[in-house]
Amino acid sequence: MSGRWSRLALRVALVILALVAPLLAPAFQTQMAVLWVMVLLSLTWDIMGGQMGYNSFGNIVYFGLGMYATAVVERNLYFGVEEYTDVAGGAAAQLSIGQYLTGFGLGLGAAVLVCLVVAVVIGYAILGLRGHYFAICTLGLALGAGEVANGWDYIGAGSGLVTPLLPEGLGARGIFYYYYFLILAALCFATLRHLYAGRFGLAINAIRDDEEKAEAMGLRTTRYKTVAWSISAVFLGLTGGAYGNLIGFIDPLDVAFSGGTLGVWMVLMAILGGKGTLWGPVIGAFIFHITQELFWTYLLGWQRVALGLLIILIVVFFPQGILGWLRERWPRFFGAAPDPANDPARGESA
Amino acid sequence: MSALLQVREVSKHYGGVRANHQLSLRVPRGSIVGLIGPNGSGKTTLFGSIVGYHPIDSGSISFQGREISRLRVPEIARLGLLRTFQQTRVYANMNCVANMQISVPAAREGWLSMLGRVPPEVTDKAENLLQFVGLYSKRRLLAGDLSFGQQKLLEFAMALMNDPVMLLLDEPTAGINPTLINGIIDRLKRANRDLSITLLVIEHNMRVIMNLAEHIYCLAHGEMLAEGPPDSIRDNQQVINAYLGAN
Repeated sequence: MSGRWSRLALRVALVILALVAPLLAPAFQTQMAVLWVMVLLSLTWDIMGGQMGYNSFGNIVYFGLGMYATAVVERNLYFGVEEYTDVAGGAAAQLSIGQYLTGFGLGLGAAVLVCLVVAVVIGYAILGLRGHYFAICTLGLALGAGEVANGWDYIGAGSGLVTPLLPEGLGARGIFYYYYFLILAALCFATLRHLYAGRFGLAINAIRDDEEKAEAMGLRTTRYKTVAWSISAVFLGLTGGAYGNLIGFIDPLDVAFSGGTLGVWMVLMAILGGKGTLWGPVIGAFIFHITQELFWTYLLGWQRVALGLLIILIVVFFPQGILGWLRERWPRFFGAAPDPANDPARGESA
Repeated sequence: MSALLQVREVSKHYGGVRANHQLSLRVPRGSIVGLIGPNGSGKTTLFGSIVGYHPIDSGSISFQGREISRLRVPEIARLGLLRTFQQTRVYANMNCVANMQISVPAAREGWLSMLGRVPPEVTDKAENLLQFVGLYSKRRLLAGDLSFGQQKLLEFAMALMNDPVMLLLDEPTAGINPTLINGIIDRLKRANRDLSITLLVIEHNMRVIMNLAEHIYCLAHGEMLAEGPPDSIRDNQQVINAYLGAN
């Protein structure tokens, strides 16, 4: 009983900490907002990469698509393309709170729609690929999307796209988006916890372990794979849409379709924490983001080297990630153990 | 008895290799039929053809009166015709109960149940069937940590979980210790009698198949060598020659 209370107390404390953190350290508001972005990236990658065993390097596509869809709606709602360019993006244009929120909301709606449609269409086309072929194909998608965005004038091509400024009444940009990403991450976590505990989780785990067997048992594998890919895409679209507004400027290759940084990091964070687990990607994102920021601060010039070393250490010593390692050390704690003594009579434990 | 599964003159070639040539067999509803033959005689190829793993070159396969030779694996499975594998196939990183829960029939599955929780009656049924095959005390273990024989039992239980009309079992007793084999024979018979599941069984263990099947087909070199009740197969000189390699 006391264990239950202390666990509850710990949870309440963590929630309160998450809510007040940006107020305690105002200088780090944007960094803390980005922390929740990292959690979202890693959680959504793990749906396919960890739970379903489909290693994707293309999830960043939905992040970028969501970002551009939101920004384009925000731009087109109140300005013409020409006019927007004249006022140097949104920088000189002041929107009222109502205008900003309407544009942002409709933009996110568009992001969800675009990501969903693209996920279903691409999903049906490429989810038949397995293993390395799928990984390479998604890598190609990510690179291709970046190149398209880089050459398409309507969305600013290589010169990028500026997102509207947050009106003054909504507070600092860091704070506003901190709470946005916190809520989105919590929503994503809750959704995944529900799905993983039910039939969906079982099905995608079965696909990971033996897809051919799953088909032989009559499971509608294509349907599950498409839904998994779509859930990932929707949350990534909502993340990307707001991330563009947080950063303020969308560069097609460095911010939107940043396959070399965010696109790889989302994989690393999930593996670090323990892919295929619910908490693993969250823990991985925290450790990764914090160490990364520390490296930037204290090892400037060597931060990428330190990051590389960290990755090597993780892969060599914790191939299953932190949670995977814990699970292997203490399987009983995670519920994988035979019943003590002989088979108990049915009903005793049911 | 009407034929539940009817295979007519099915041929399957791999390049120049004639794996199956003009094979015909019928499995009446509710029966247990055996399929024997030396290694490489085409038994597993025939199983693969029936459940849709590969297209057949010619012939026809009908299940419950419906032509299935052009359907794909999951579609055939959803009609209630399932197979188990010679090398066990279980979901290694999931525990036994989870292996069972995901094996419920997918034919009636709607979009909502796909995103919902596992109903308690499914878990009850899973645990009952694990009890039936003797794996109840191992139910929380990862399937990959079970021994080969236990994985075979789990795979059989997963097949039962799917409420099949008919099961194709590929060597259900291979690699299993002799004590456990009797238990498996008994459970196969009970599944057939109590759950009215029709069985088509590939088996090398003659004691098992003679004990189990009411009708036996024997393949050799991709062709049907003989068929008949167990006694007549046992005494058939051609069958003995095929197994022992006499001329």
